[in-house]
Amino acid sequence: MNMYQTMLRIRAFETKAAECFTKGMLAGNIHLCIGQEAVPTGACMALEPDDYMTSTHRGHGHCIAKGASLDKMLAELFGKETGYCKGKGGSMHIADVAGLHSLGANGIVGAGIPIAAGSALASKIYGDKHVTLCFFGDSASNQGTFHEAVNMAAAWKLPVVFLCENNNYGVSVNIHSVTNTDTIAVRAKAYDIPGKTVDGNDPVVVYEAVKKAVDYAREGNGPSIVECMTFRHQGHYCGDPANYRPASYMEEAHEKDAIPNMRKRLLENGVATEEELQAIEAAVQEELEAAYVFADTSAYPNPAEATTDVYSSDNERSVVR
Amino acid sequence: MSKKISISKAIGEAMHEEMLRDPNVIIMGEDMGKMGNVFGITVGFQEEFGENRVIDTPISESGFCGMAVGAAMRGIRPVVELMYDDFITVAADPILNQAAKMRYMTGGQATVPMVLRLPMGAGRRNAGQHSQCLENMFCHTPGLKVIAPSTAKDAKGLLKSAIRDDDPVICMEHKLLYAKKEQIPEEEYTIPLGVADVKREGSDITIITWSREVYFALEAAEKLAAEGIQAEVLDLRTLVPLDWDAIVASVSKTHNVIVVSEEVKRGSYAAEISAQIAEELFDELDAPVERVCGLNIVSPFSPTLEDENFPHPENIVAAVKKVLNR
Repeated sequence: MNMYQTMLRIRAFETKAAECFTKGMLAGNIHLCIGQEAVPTGACMALEPDDYMTSTHRGHGHCIAKGASLDKMLAELFGKETGYCKGKGGSMHIADVAGLHSLGANGIVGAGIPIAAGSALASKIYGDKHVTLCFFGDSASNQGTFHEAVNMAAAWKLPVVFLCENNNYGVSVNIHSVTNTDTIAVRAKAYDIPGKTVDGNDPVVVYEAVKKAVDYAREGNGPSIVECMTFRHQGHYCGDPANYRPASYMEEAHEKDAIPNMRKRLLENGVATEEELQAIEAAVQEELEAAYVFADTSAYPNPAEATTDVYSSDNERSVVR
Repeated sequence: MSKKISISKAIGEAMHEEMLRDPNVIIMGEDMGKMGNVFGITVGFQEEFGENRVIDTPISESGFCGMAVGAAMRGIRPVVELMYDDFITVAADPILNQAAKMRYMTGGQATVPMVLRLPMGAGRRNAGQHSQCLENMFCHTPGLKVIAPSTAKDAKGLLKSAIRDDDPVICMEHKLLYAKKEQIPEEEYTIPLGVADVKREGSDITIITWSREVYFALEAAEKLAAEGIQAEVLDLRTLVPLDWDAIVASVSKTHNVIVVSEEVKRGSYAAEISAQIAEELFDELDAPVERVCGLNIVSPFSPTLEDENFPHPENIVAAVKKVLNR
């Protein structure tokens, strides 16, 4: 039930964000994770609340699954002062460092991977028991940072789980046209660490695989790669018609869509009644509408805020010259 | 009380004292552990502080700089070395896009208290990929602070402040200064970031400079003094934040300025300082500001070629005479 609700919240958020973007209410670009909801939902459920996480440019789902407030997230997309980053980061940079231990999404593909490994290095130095979950996409696995960070994390047995969301496309390029291996997880062999490819359309399967990797990391055994096969329903960014994909991609995506499938499962197994599910759905819609009102009615940052937060000390002098 | 030690030893002392003071200070980089750094700066550190705090990294500059950012966001204070500042080209994203921008882009949530030590500079016949002075790249990037000390005392005091600073600080160290032995205080001290230092007083012209060129400027000032020209040598020590007050004070006194650095002249930080003075202190100036920098070329290997590529005392003397019309 929790999983269903989380996936629903992610999809509702993304749907609302797309609607606002299409209406011209959002500046810049947004990257939607509609179709991929099961992955962050299952993965974040395998974490303790104070475990750490790094996210990606397609990161709204990660933040929601980690517990982010929809109000502050949508406000950040709107560029409002009430957003998570006071409107200074936007869609690709939502972070809640102290609260959710979310070290931030990243606009540079693959840049979060060493940051996650560094967070895990901090855990090793402190001797704490936190695990860092590192989300990255199939295409980020072809960045040098992937190799460098996974190699060091493996060599030093750092408590990090590298979670690949494999939606088969890096913008328009099919992963198999630029990669010789069938899976990304098979690369784990090169680092002598566990690697597993699982169905990313089933949050329970994702949860079980990630939980195993999280426990393994927390026990001091080092990193793992968990690859979750998933589908990106939309284009790379909102407005991309994605006509580089065969029709069969979306046919399969709809067939394996986690949300309707989970709904069916809950009803068939008697876990929830139709009324209960409808109540959850209505509550999510209500939460989204409230987030929308919050974001829409919040103020834009005072222009004078443009020059704050560059430095922690001596900010004014360092910004003036 | 004072003692005479090399600049590399002073840099080592700064890190050693800060590691003793704060268990969150760690060292990362190539050959920093077992070998104790290619310049011997961290010899014995790994035995003393252990492999968790003095980390021999693989040759993965982008990876370990990125890891330092992640660790710093968790409160660790990594002091990272790239063996040569030229290697920033393979670690540009973690430093210029991640470390520098993390605070701003998270609306002030994230703090990245790391130091990146960068041995730099020409004169060791290391050719174009091991000899550059890239101050401009770092000074250009909002979010980074930049220090470039010239003396043993400044190097130790500034590096200690840099390690304690909550912002990412780039520490530019000229390789040809490492062996230079100078007096420094016995007792513990720090030097705040953003404070320039008049290394020689004078009334006729201000020579603004930093790092190794400070010594060439002082040599030039000696020669000029013999000809009756009193040059003031202003060692910036910190490039960002810039000690503008010190520049104003000196220029208002001498009314003539040259800016000396080892950088490629085109687009240099020396050019930036020159522009700021021209914009804001025009009324104080008796003559246009002159830059004395390297050439707009790749740093060459052969000694006769390399020596053409950074300012020598005679180039500084010539520039001063040009500005003073003497």
